[in-house]
Amino acid sequence: MLNYIARRLINMVVLLVVVSFVGFFIIQLPPGSILDVQLQRFRQMSGDISREQVRALEERYGVNDPFMTKYWKWISRSVQGDFGTSFETDQSVGDRIWGRLGFSVSLSTFALLFTWLVSIPIGVYSATHRYTVPDYIITFIQFVGLAIPGFLLALVLLIIATRLFNHQVGRLFSPEFIDAPWSFARVVDMAKHVWIAVLVLAMGATAGLTRIMRANLLDVLNMQYVQTARAKGLDEVVVIWKHAVRNAIQPLVMALGTLLPALIVGETLVAQVLSLPTIGPMYLSALRSQDMYLAGTILVILSALLLIGNLIGDLLLAWVDPRVRLD
Amino acid sequence: MATDATQLPTSKAAATEDVGQIPQWQLMVRRFRRSKLSVSGLYVLIVLYVFMIFSDFLAPYDHNRLDSNYAWAPPSVIGFENGQLVTYKLKQTLDQVRFEWFYEPDLSAPLPIQFFVQGYEYRFLGIIPSRLHLFGVEEGYQINIIGADKDGKDVFSRLMKGSQVSLTLGFIGVIVSVIIGSIVGTASGYFAGAVDNFIQRLIELLRSFPDVPLFLALAAALPMGVPVEVRFFLITLIIALIGWTGLAREVRGKVMSYRASDYTAAAVAAGASHWHIITRHLIPNSLSHIIVVGTLAIPGAIGSETALSYLGLGILPPAVSWGVMLRDAQTIEAITSYPWMLIPVGVLIITVLSFYLLGDGVRDAVDPYA
Repeated sequence: MLNYIARRLINMVVLLVVVSFVGFFIIQLPPGSILDVQLQRFRQMSGDISREQVRALEERYGVNDPFMTKYWKWISRSVQGDFGTSFETDQSVGDRIWGRLGFSVSLSTFALLFTWLVSIPIGVYSATHRYTVPDYIITFIQFVGLAIPGFLLALVLLIIATRLFNHQVGRLFSPEFIDAPWSFARVVDMAKHVWIAVLVLAMGATAGLTRIMRANLLDVLNMQYVQTARAKGLDEVVVIWKHAVRNAIQPLVMALGTLLPALIVGETLVAQVLSLPTIGPMYLSALRSQDMYLAGTILVILSALLLIGNLIGDLLLAWVDPRVRLD
Repeated sequence: MATDATQLPTSKAAATEDVGQIPQWQLMVRRFRRSKLSVSGLYVLIVLYVFMIFSDFLAPYDHNRLDSNYAWAPPSVIGFENGQLVTYKLKQTLDQVRFEWFYEPDLSAPLPIQFFVQGYEYRFLGIIPSRLHLFGVEEGYQINIIGADKDGKDVFSRLMKGSQVSLTLGFIGVIVSVIIGSIVGTASGYFAGAVDNFIQRLIELLRSFPDVPLFLALAAALPMGVPVEVRFFLITLIIALIGWTGLAREVRGKVMSYRASDYTAAAVAAGASHWHIITRHLIPNSLSHIIVVGTLAIPGAIGSETALSYLGLGILPPAVSWGVMLRDAQTIEAITSYPWMLIPVGVLIITVLSFYLLGDGVRDAVDPYA
């Protein structure tokens, strides 16, 4: 087992190196850099700047370095935990990322909890009440949930909330709380705003998992041991929850590892629509403004999350299902 | 009623009795028809695509035609006077308080709707030059059946023009991705050994990229000043590039199991070439699976194009797609004061949902013996 984990971790490091190389290459492809934007801003503010100044700035930011030099500067420092300085704000890339990543992770964790809490009972209900009207309604809602892209649903909810309730959704806080220190009122305010994001983020995964839960439970309910349990005269609740659900729940356990990074990665567009201060919109604006160190670092971090999530998913599966062997 | 009751069991029996006799595709059609939701999805899509083919003919105006007299004009009022369909000239007044244009149809000034009129020039199906449009009004006025945007561009014309991108880009992207996925997957499963190992490592690498961020990075790296067609092509390639790995893995698994089967062994013994075995035995067997995966991937690809254009990384104005139109619809003023700007959102959701329902029906239908 330890052997397996060690091998997976080594493999992961190799993959991450290649990902960082290819990713950085793609990100620095477009011509120009954020320095051009800044120079323009300088010129507008304070008239002209001399050629020497421009050259000094270019030197400082390494704009004209060949690709390999840029990449090496970035990756060798990153490994030491120094992610460089963002072009755009002159802040350390690390500080900017960790704050936003924290929001992303907590938001996605809420969404994951929601997914679990909703999809298990609904999946079970829909399997035990197959071909009844509620089952059809649940199936239809699942279709809609699976079919509509998250950012579109976010847009629709935004429209509905604005039109019907005149409620300013989007963002994580009301204006008066944005820079306020943490307090009970601020938490309440956040809860008021965050539910819509959690709902949108969780929707696709919830719909998918409910469907899987239903299908698996239907398979298990046909097994003979379920019949035996019923024949013994056990309560139906015990039959379902103790005997059947336990054996149908594996995909949901596995999803625990893979879903969290998937949610963090998938949140980009939703967060953009709802203007949430998470990692996705930051990545997007870094791409737009050619802030290549910031964008590259975020890409690698997200990739690492994805790989770790996959590993955790595999390990969890081996843990709940002794038939699965890892070697 | 009595005849129904007696006929129903026999027809059902007949339906199961001829299972071994009719061709498989007929069985598939029969199974597909059983799913009412999927059939309705198919009908909706047929209507949408017919509209797309005739989009230039149906659109009364060029999608970028500006007319400040019609800025934020509401959907035209349509009436029936003197035996013909009419709309009305608009009185445009400026609301001094809210600083918004305010429109009122002048019911004393009917404007006959003319059919089969000459308008802007376009090429039908990209080949036949034409100026013919289904409807229009007198030169100098505009008919906006679902309103106009902030520059007085006709929303219906934009919706029609946008469908040419939105309904084709995702579709073509998926086709390309399915072709790549099947070829690579088949090669990997059939030749095994070093080829397989190399391809699997490549797929593993591509799958270690978080998909949305990679997608955005590639789109941001696209050159800006290129013609719309080139951009369309490049975005299609990006969609294909990101989508093929999953299918390749599945096809590989299938091909490996078919390769170990007796009929493949028989073909090898009979001296069949690799090409013959792959095209006659392996691909036809995996085809149903490939089609299902492809159909189910289309709604996602359409969503991707829309998302990119919405973010300003996909199709860029002056070209128009439904994603570009979503951008116009997301402002608070559009949502609260000009609800017709939201019509593209609805059309998009209907399209995506229909594709999804279709895919679900296809998935059930390809295995008609179950």
